[in-house]
Amino acid sequence: MNPIFKSHEHDFMRIEADQVCVDYNGTVALYDASLNLKAGSICGLVGMNGAGKSTFFKALMGFVRPSRGKIRINGIKVNQAQKEQSVAYVPQNEGIDYSFPVSVWDVVMMGRYGAMNIFRIPRESDRRAVAHALERVDLLDLRERPIGSLSGGQRKRAFLARAIAQRASVLLLDEPFSGVDVPTEKLMAELFLQFRQEGHTILISTHDLNHVRDFCDFVVLINKTVLAYGETSEVFTSENLNKTFGGIPPNPLSGPTSSNDFINE
Amino acid sequence: MSELLISITPIDWLLDPLTHDFMRRALMVSALVGGVCGLLSCYMTLKGWALMGDAVSHAVMPGVVVAYALGLPFSLGAFVFGVGSVALIGFVKQKSRIKEDTVIGLVFTGFFALGLVLVSKIKSNIDLMQILFGSPLGISRSDVNQTLIISFIVISILLIFRKDLMLYCFDAKHARSIGINTGILHYLLLTLLSLSAVVGLQTVGIILVVAMLITPGATAYLLTDRFDKMTLLAVISSSFSSVLGVYISYWSDIETGGSIVLVQTLIFLIAFLFAPRYGIFKNQTFINNN
Repeated sequence: MNPIFKSHEHDFMRIEADQVCVDYNGTVALYDASLNLKAGSICGLVGMNGAGKSTFFKALMGFVRPSRGKIRINGIKVNQAQKEQSVAYVPQNEGIDYSFPVSVWDVVMMGRYGAMNIFRIPRESDRRAVAHALERVDLLDLRERPIGSLSGGQRKRAFLARAIAQRASVLLLDEPFSGVDVPTEKLMAELFLQFRQEGHTILISTHDLNHVRDFCDFVVLINKTVLAYGETSEVFTSENLNKTFGGIPPNPLSGPTSSNDFINE
Repeated sequence: MSELLISITPIDWLLDPLTHDFMRRALMVSALVGGVCGLLSCYMTLKGWALMGDAVSHAVMPGVVVAYALGLPFSLGAFVFGVGSVALIGFVKQKSRIKEDTVIGLVFTGFFALGLVLVSKIKSNIDLMQILFGSPLGISRSDVNQTLIISFIVISILLIFRKDLMLYCFDAKHARSIGINTGILHYLLLTLLSLSAVVGLQTVGIILVVAMLITPGATAYLLTDRFDKMTLLAVISSSFSSVLGVYISYWSDIETGGSIVLVQTLIFLIAFLFAPRYGIFKNQTFINNN
């Protein structure tokens, strides 16, 4: 396969956030959040619910306007990066209506819409991109199935395939590990490594500390602002995690029962 | 007329009404309006906008009355009030702590009441019953022209933005993240809703027009897992119900709007009971083989 996009520029910054502040009707959701992620990196975005994770995500996707600070994706403004199909968003499974009458193929084809003309008529190249993306997530055989008939893990893979078909260089994933089976998790781990090799930058929002340790080169700890940010091995200290979770242990269902458990493992 | 039913052949049943000018007009308009509303109903049911459809269709009432009184095309007045009600719903929701469904109910009943008061106060030859219940059999030539123009506009926009609107209903976040302006799509869909309500009220009237805007979509939704097939089935079932409803109304001398909507509801019931995959008595072998 041809390289999906320029993968040699490994020092190139894919995501730059500089002192970003977001407030909703006067309530501060995020302040002074800064982050630089270079091409070919996998970064976990960790924080409690309401700590500003999703706000930061929304700001990076251009859904909310920062009241202060600036964000650049591939060196350009977010809305321009969107038009160039540089940012792909992989939603949480809970955020999608799975009784919608679309097939797996249709969903992945939606990743190509931005590259098509106004009528969104697929060209041969779009069909190839979709087929290739489905192959990479091992769903080609299920392409005619309604999206609602898939298992949780398969659904997640379908939306990953949509991001692949989009050929975005920046992938934003919202809780990608929730409700995912073991084969899918393995496949996702392999895919993430391939993406990194190809020069993609992946930002994973999660409260699942185990997965951050397994998957992410970098980690950003968030509690209304960026508390700590750097290589996972350096940032994941009990002190930092205590600051992030305010002494409250993370959700026992999806992470270690306390931040200390995690460090001692 | 009903005693005639026994003695006529099916061919006569179909052809006899066509000898009348008003029936040819009624059938053509009903089929067209059915198709337009049926197409839009797919988006309404998938987006969960049934209540919004009800609201807009009731809110056009004062617009129709004012337009009649001023001698303007009634679709213009209806359109202004339809879009106005949507804007007002958005404004009240944003500026107060009241939940959306309450705001919708509040605004549309307010507009509808205003319409009723206006009808009783403005001295003109407006037939309240015609607005409330529609009268495709008495549709005038100028109304036919209006319906043709509006239908053409709605169908063209829906065909051009078919995929974008479908994506907007399915995953608005993704649409936004690939640079599609979802704000414009939102208001485009609301505008189409107002326009369809305007054409729909000619055949079934203000009170029942919401049925035209949701029932065909709901029926088709039970029959397929493909969006394109769903739109096709909705258009066919909706046009068919409208035409059959007009025929039944003609031969049995019953109210036309009610007749059309009852046929639609019956088709929905059949799908609800016997749809191969999603019906109550679903076909197990069909499911196992798929």
